[in-house]
Amino acid sequence: MNAAVPAPRKLRLATTSLAGCFGCHMSFLDIDERLLDLVDLIEFDRSPLTDIKHCGPCDIGLIEGGLCNAENIHVLREFRRNCKVLIAMGACAVNGGLPAQRNHIDLGQCLQEVYLTQPGLVGGQVPNDPELPLPLDKVHPIHEVVRIDYFIPGCPPSGDAIWKFLTDLLKGRTPRLGHPLLHFD
Amino acid sequence: MKQQTLLFDGLPVPFEEGQTIMEAAMAADIFIPHLCHHPEFKPQGSCKLCTVKASGRYVSACTMPAKDGMEVENNSPDLNDKRRTMLQMLFVEGNHFCPSCEKSGNCMLQALAYELEMLTPHFPQFFPNRPVDASHPEVLLDFNRCILCELCVRASRDVDGKHVFALSGRGLKKHLIVNSESGRLGDTDFSMADKAAHVCPVGVILEKRKGFAMPIGKRRYDVDPIGMQVERLANRSASEEEV
Ligand code: SF4
Ligand code: SF4
Ligand code: FES
Repeated sequence: MNAAVPAPRKLRLATTSLAGCFGCHMSFLDIDERLLDLVDLIEFDRSPLTDIKHCGPCDIGLIEGGLCNAENIHVLREFRRNCKVLIAMGACAVNGGLPAQRNHIDLGQCLQEVYLTQPGLVGGQVPNDPELPLPLDKVHPIHEVVRIDYFIPGCPPSGDAIWKFLTDLLKGRTPRLGHPLLHFD
Repeated sequence: MKQQTLLFDGLPVPFEEGQTIMEAAMAADIFIPHLCHHPEFKPQGSCKLCTVKASGRYVSACTMPAKDGMEVENNSPDLNDKRRTMLQMLFVEGNHFCPSCEKSGNCMLQALAYELEMLTPHFPQFFPNRPVDASHPEVLLDFNRCILCELCVRASRDVDGKHVFALSGRGLKKHLIVNSESGRLGDTDFSMADKAAHVCPVGVILEKRKGFAMPIGKRRYDVDPIGMQVERLANRSASEEEV
C-alpha cells in the first residue's frame, strides 16, 4: 500500500480593483519573494494578474476600491456570489477613501467643472458613450452594498499587513493586525 | 488614615480623596480609553469613550469620583465592544479621511481605533457637507473631523478667557461654531498663543504651514500605541510643544 498522499487542494483567490488606484494591488505585490510561498498555497482566479474576465467559484475574494459607478456594483456582486470569504482591502473599499471626497459636491456640477468649465478646456464635453458605466451620485464603501467578512484598512495597507492577514486566514487563524500593521493612512 | 483603594479589573489601586476613576487609573499607569478628557481642563463626560462598569453600573470614568472598595471593570470585551461601536459612530458621523489629514499619526481618535482594533466603520457613512474655515492667518478649522468634545470650548472659555468656540444645535444638528459676527475665525481675537489652539484631539484646529512635518513612522502613535502612553497623557499640557 503506497497510495501517495494527495497534495492539499490549493485555495482559489480572486482580486479586483473597483474605485481604487491599484495602490493596494501594488502593495500586495510588495510581499515580494513571499509571493512564491503564496502560490504554493493558492491559485488565482479573476485578477489583474491573470486577466481572467469573470470570477468563478473561489475561496477568497480581495476587493480594492469603493463603489463609484454601476459597473463597480456589478463586479462586487459577482465577487460576493462566488467567494466564500470576501475581504475589503484598503481605505477606499473600507470607507470610500479618496474618491468619496467628491461626495459633498453635486455630481452634475462635478462633471461640468471637470469636462466643461475648467480653465484651459476648449470644446470639452461630458463623456456620454453608452458603453461607459453610469457614475453613482455618491461614492460608497463596499460594506454598504454586500456583506463583507474581513477588512484590511490602510492607504494602502503595507505588504506586511496583507501578508500577515492572508497567512493568518490560510492557516485557519483569526486574522489580526496589531501595532504597527494596523493603520488608516 | 487608612489608604483608600479601588479594584481595576481585580487589581487593587490606591487613590487619593477627590480623585476621579480616570485620575486614579492614570496615576497607576492603567489606560482607560478617552477623548474629551484632558488633565488640564474640567471634565465634562460627553464622549463616553471612558465608560467603565463601577459597582455594576456603566459610568464615565472621567467624571465619577473614586470610592473606597469600588470594583471597576475596564479592559473587558463587553466594554471594549461598546467603545469600538462609539468610535465607529464618530467616524461615520464626520468625514475622516486619514490619508489626507495632517493630524494622522498624532490623532487620538485614530489611535483609539487602532487600540480597540476598529477595522471598519461598520455603519453607513453620513458624508456630511461641512465647509472649512481658512479665514484666520495662522489657523485652519476643518469641521469635517470635529467630534464635539468641547475641549476647545473649555480651553477658550475657562483658561484663555476668550469664548471663541461654542457648540450649537441639538442631536444630529449639533456643531461647533465660532463666536464672531461673521462666524469666521479670522474675525475673532483667537491666536496661536491660546490654549485652545493646542487642545484638539483630532484634526480640526490646525496650525497653517506646519502639516506633515513628522515623517510616517516617527509620529506619536506610530512609535507606541496609545495604551502604552498613559504617563504622557496624564501629564500633558496644551501648549505649542504639543503636536
Ligand atoms: S482627525 Fe484623526 S481620525 Fe479623523 S481623519 Fe484626521 S487622523 Fe483620521
Ligand atoms: S474642534 Fe476639536 S477640540 Fe473643539 S470640539 Fe471639535 S474635536 Fe473637540
Ligand atoms: S473621556 Fe470621559 S466621557 Fe469623554
